[in-house]
Amino acid sequence: MATPAEIQPQPAVPGEAEPPSGPAAAMILAGGIAVFCMGLVTTLGEASTGIGDALSWNDRVGPLSGKTLITVIVFAVSWGALHAYWRRSNPLLRSILIASVALIVLGLVGTFPTFFQAFQ
Amino acid sequence: MHLTYREWWALIHGIIFGAFFLLAFSGGLAGLWSLRAELVTAEGLRERVRRLKLGTVTMAVAAWGTVATGTWIVYPWYRSKAPDSPKSKLLADPSTADWHEFGMEWKEHIAWIAPILATVAAGLVVYYGPALARNRTLRNIALGFFVAAFATAAAAGIFGALITKAAPVH
Repeated sequence: MATPAEIQPQPAVPGEAEPPSGPAAAMILAGGIAVFCMGLVTTLGEASTGIGDALSWNDRVGPLSGKTLITVIVFAVSWGALHAYWRRSNPLLRSILIASVALIVLGLVGTFPTFFQAFQ
Repeated sequence: MHLTYREWWALIHGIIFGAFFLLAFSGGLAGLWSLRAELVTAEGLRERVRRLKLGTVTMAVAAWGTVATGTWIVYPWYRSKAPDSPKSKLLADPSTADWHEFGMEWKEHIAWIAPILATVAAGLVVYYGPALARNRTLRNIALGFFVAAFATAAAAGIFGALITKAAPVH
């Protein structure tokens, strides 16, 4: 019969070094930038007929086509650029996270109909 | 019992990808929450991290699949200018116009936030792997993005289901 000491799980990979925080910071901030971008283009598209028309990259989908493709491009480009910049460094995740959360909240506000329809 | 071509696509968009998303979320949430070095052995941790990576990546892929099929395949049928399109029908009646003016307007935008946040969560899990078990802060950041992805997808999904009930795509 196993003793309590034998049943106790052993700490998993105790001495393994943590990878640099730069690539994670790049993902976190790129996510915030992309969500903010979605809110911004949504609000701008409502505020200006010209911008709304310019966002219609596809006739069947309408302005949503431009908004979503711009957001995806901004996400990919900002992730790639930030990753290249922070690849081997260790930026403070706390400040990056605060910036990202602020951008996400602003992006959510920008995609809320009561907010963006006020600019029509 | 028959589904039209458009109804099949609505099903793939809302149910097939949606079910994958929900399944991956449930598994991923439980896995991330309980991923603590003091609770598992080294061998157990390796197995759980492998499963967690698969679950979070599946959730992100399902979220991208949902918004891509929704926006580029189903949405054009919804917003068609034809008088019998769901959008035309909803706007024709003041009592149902809000389903489009608030519900659809919110859904079509907030839905795209879900795959972005799910990708960040999956990226963190893939990048840190077993280190998430030792570092509570990193685990909580990944969990935050994971749950936020689900919350935005849930808002879009609930409105999608209600709008489909009010004016389905045929």
